[in-house]
Amino acid sequence: MKRCRHMVDVGRRQFLRGAGLATAGAAVATALPSQPQAAPSLARVDYPSTRLANVKDLKVNEPFEVAYPDADAPGVLLKLGKRVEGGAGPDGDIVGFSTICPHKGFPLHYNAEDRTFNCPGHYSRFDPEAGGLQIWGQATQNLPQYTLRIDSKGDIYAEGLDELLYGRLSNVL
Amino acid sequence: MAYKRNIDRLPIIPKDAKKHIVTCHYCIVGCGYHAYTWPVNKQGGTAPSQNAFGADLSKQQESETEAWYSPSMYNIVKQNGEDVHLVIKPDKGCSVNSGLGSVRGARMAENRRSDVTGTQQQRLTDPLVWRYGTWQPTSWDDALSLVAEVTARFIDKDNEDDLFVSMFDHGGSAGGYENTWGTGKLYFHSMKVKHCRIHNRPAYNSEVHSSRDMGLDELNYAYEDYGLTDTIFLVGANPLETQTNLFLNHMVPGMRKGAKVVVVDPRRTVTINACEDAAGKENVLHLAINSGTDLALFNTLFTYIADKGWIDKEFIKNSTFQGDVAQPENEAYPAALGSFELARKACRMSVAEGAKICGVSEADIIKAAEWIAKPINGRRRKCVTAYEKGIIWGNDNYRTIGALVNIALATGNVGREGGGVCRLGGHQEGYYRPSDAHVGRPAPYVDDLIIKGKGKVHHVWACDHYKTTLNATEFKRVYNRRTNMVKEAMDAAAGGTREDLVNAIVEAVNKGGLFSVQVDIIHSQIGQAAHVILPAVESGEMNLTSMNGERRLRLTEKYMDPPGTAKPDCLIAAGIAQHLERVLRKMGKNDYADQFKGYVWKTEEDAFKDGYQKGNPEVTYERLRAMGNNGVQEPVVGYKDGKLIGTKRLYADGKFTRHGRKDKKALFCAGAWRGLEAPGKKEQKAAHKFLINNGRSNINWQNWFLDQENEFVSDRYPYPFIEMNPDDMASLGIKAGDLVEVYNDSGATQAMAYPTPTAKKGETFMLFASPKGTQGNVINGGTNTLILPNYKQTWANIRKLADAPGAVAHLSFKSKEYTPPA
Repeated sequence: MKRCRHMVDVGRRQFLRGAGLATAGAAVATALPSQPQAAPSLARVDYPSTRLANVKDLKVNEPFEVAYPDADAPGVLLKLGKRVEGGAGPDGDIVGFSTICPHKGFPLHYNAEDRTFNCPGHYSRFDPEAGGLQIWGQATQNLPQYTLRIDSKGDIYAEGLDELLYGRLSNVL
Repeated sequence: MAYKRNIDRLPIIPKDAKKHIVTCHYCIVGCGYHAYTWPVNKQGGTAPSQNAFGADLSKQQESETEAWYSPSMYNIVKQNGEDVHLVIKPDKGCSVNSGLGSVRGARMAENRRSDVTGTQQQRLTDPLVWRYGTWQPTSWDDALSLVAEVTARFIDKDNEDDLFVSMFDHGGSAGGYENTWGTGKLYFHSMKVKHCRIHNRPAYNSEVHSSRDMGLDELNYAYEDYGLTDTIFLVGANPLETQTNLFLNHMVPGMRKGAKVVVVDPRRTVTINACEDAAGKENVLHLAINSGTDLALFNTLFTYIADKGWIDKEFIKNSTFQGDVAQPENEAYPAALGSFELARKACRMSVAEGAKICGVSEADIIKAAEWIAKPINGRRRKCVTAYEKGIIWGNDNYRTIGALVNIALATGNVGREGGGVCRLGGHQEGYYRPSDAHVGRPAPYVDDLIIKGKGKVHHVWACDHYKTTLNATEFKRVYNRRTNMVKEAMDAAAGGTREDLVNAIVEAVNKGGLFSVQVDIIHSQIGQAAHVILPAVESGEMNLTSMNGERRLRLTEKYMDPPGTAKPDCLIAAGIAQHLERVLRKMGKNDYADQFKGYVWKTEEDAFKDGYQKGNPEVTYERLRAMGNNGVQEPVVGYKDGKLIGTKRLYADGKFTRHGRKDKKALFCAGAWRGLEAPGKKEQKAAHKFLINNGRSNINWQNWFLDQENEFVSDRYPYPFIEMNPDDMASLGIKAGDLVEVYNDSGATQAMAYPTPTAKKGETFMLFASPKGTQGNVINGGTNTLILPNYKQTWANIRKLADAPGAVAHLSFKSKEYTPPA
């Protein structure tokens, strides 16, 4: 899916007519764990552990574009500069979110002033400082957030999601 | 942390899943959905040949895809006794919503009762009777028999005034033509119950008496009119939140095509913000008038438009009453009705005077008049007018709505493309009942009569006075006391015979008690006072027909079993009638018993055939099923080539019929401005610091009945919010999320403070009908003429009650207004 470049108003309904567009910005190293051949199906999807960035790449209140769990699922890492519930890193202030609106799949844009994600399709907005809580809107779920792990080198890995992503009936395709 | 479901995949709908037509059971708009069901041990696959969409689900789907559903659209329910998967997702082919789902409707599946996933365990499954000091489940015959045995002691062929009835009159949900007929036949045909009221107001009356008296049904346009108009005139309405997909799928496209927007609302709402985004700020005019001054504004606009000559002279001449007074003012008619000139004289108000009363600039009033009526390049300007609870539950309902309709009539904006003057609506509609003429006008103020000790038996059909009435503090106090008298008597009679029990109840009632029977889908707040509780079902658990805000009639097909032994309201009404017939016969009142014949209905379709279909013989379940989610716009005028033929908009022929006048001429309303009209309002305003404006919000359905047990919703608003200006909060030492007490002479309630910089100082907005803080507790008992409640004009003081409670700590209090890209 496309991400929002938030420069031009592309006319609400005309977003994302083509699927499967490559993400730009982040260097994405995808490492899918190998599956044993004859194992029975698992109860939950097996999330990849994907390196998305290093803490040094992040600047406070500037979204860093990534994709997870694959290139068709755009998102961002965000260093908030203040500790939040669910925040990762030494300061507990790094969060990661899908940036596709869970209502109708429109790309969200970030408002750095009040730190919100906004949907140009139907006016929904989400708060990255409150676990992606939908402040107001049409989606029936809050914004999918990444489970993050940060290693001793400061590399940031995503290892899971807490809600179903728009446009897929399995978070890992 | 925000509530998350941690669902990482969903079962795929197989190709051969059953597909049912569904109209969303919540708001008036009635979005089309499909309910898919399939056996619990089966699932579809990702290959196009393996799923209902014929799509490759191993790939990411595009925005607005049909081949996706959210976890809230999924559940496991019972169908014909078997567990089945259920997906309820929006229908792209429905002209109402074109595939859009609202935050309410897109949770329908999640809000079904499921014993597998544990959702909505609050749903009632069996009749309950107050027994041994609490409610005990019992059989239908036992419960219905007790209802009939007690009720029969207090009704007589010539006097049924001791039986009080509160009954919904809406469509959707558990309403609809089937259920309004069932209850209507019982209370208005078999009986002539006078002391009755509707689900959202304390009397049995119209929300829009004046529009009807002037000749206009309040739902007279088609939703496509928003795309054909020059100006959208919104009054006391917040459609982005309360008629969401009408706004997104019809109003927004109209704005994108160039329509200007005038919004009258004391508060800046998210609707206004969205209009500015869609139409451009320069094309949106917000008249933030002083609360309750709408009538002065409309009379000023009417005067100015008429003086400028921006009127449709031909229309006025051909379609409206010529002369002077057609209907004089009296107790039943709170303003005289008659000709255009009569109204001009009575309503005259200068721009300067109007600006002063309303607290807006003269320039803005003139701009509004121009946008509403000034011809464009010599042609008549098209303007569609939509109003809702801001004026319906506002000051001087009769005259205010009349004054608004005056403007539409004067400019010829009725029955024509891009016109209409319509109520936006709350619930869907589905009213089909015998005449209510015996109720009288003004109708009895039922809640007040109960407070005054009147009434002996109270039948309550899906109304929760405790959360939604006015003067609620006093109502609850009295209702609890009177019903407790009966509970104590029932407790004292434990172990005796049925006759002893009924005698004990009758004795307690005659001492001032009240016997309360509740029919509902959950154990409501007023249900805590009940003696008998009868479990009802909702649409989807039964077949149910309703119409939406453009009179679009659809059938929702039954796609799952009711919880336990719960039944459609129409069949419960039939059960009460049958037991009353039996009991009355046993009492030797054979003539009276005969009135309760005619309820041999096995299914809801039998009730539909007995009521609506008798009056509209073209309309059958089978034909409605064939019409799908687009249904047909009422009135239905024929059936041809396998299709029902409907009516796109009313009064296209310029003949007005709602008042029943033989000349079919519309009447103007001659209602002058007279300040705050309902008793007690002026005094309350003078004595208190804050306006407690109130209404609905986007995320929860009106009275919260299912949403109070929906995690996603109750996580967002664990308490009702009260939007306050940050300076007001600071002066009272209140922080975001703090619990505050709202109090005045009528009572007190609580809410969670939501800082809102756009709120005017001294003006707040509180979410109404919340189970965690009833706004109605602080609304005084005085009503407008014709017993129309004035919920909106309420004043009270505010003080801090507690720091933000635990459930509030994780919430966001950022602005609800969307911000466009920088």
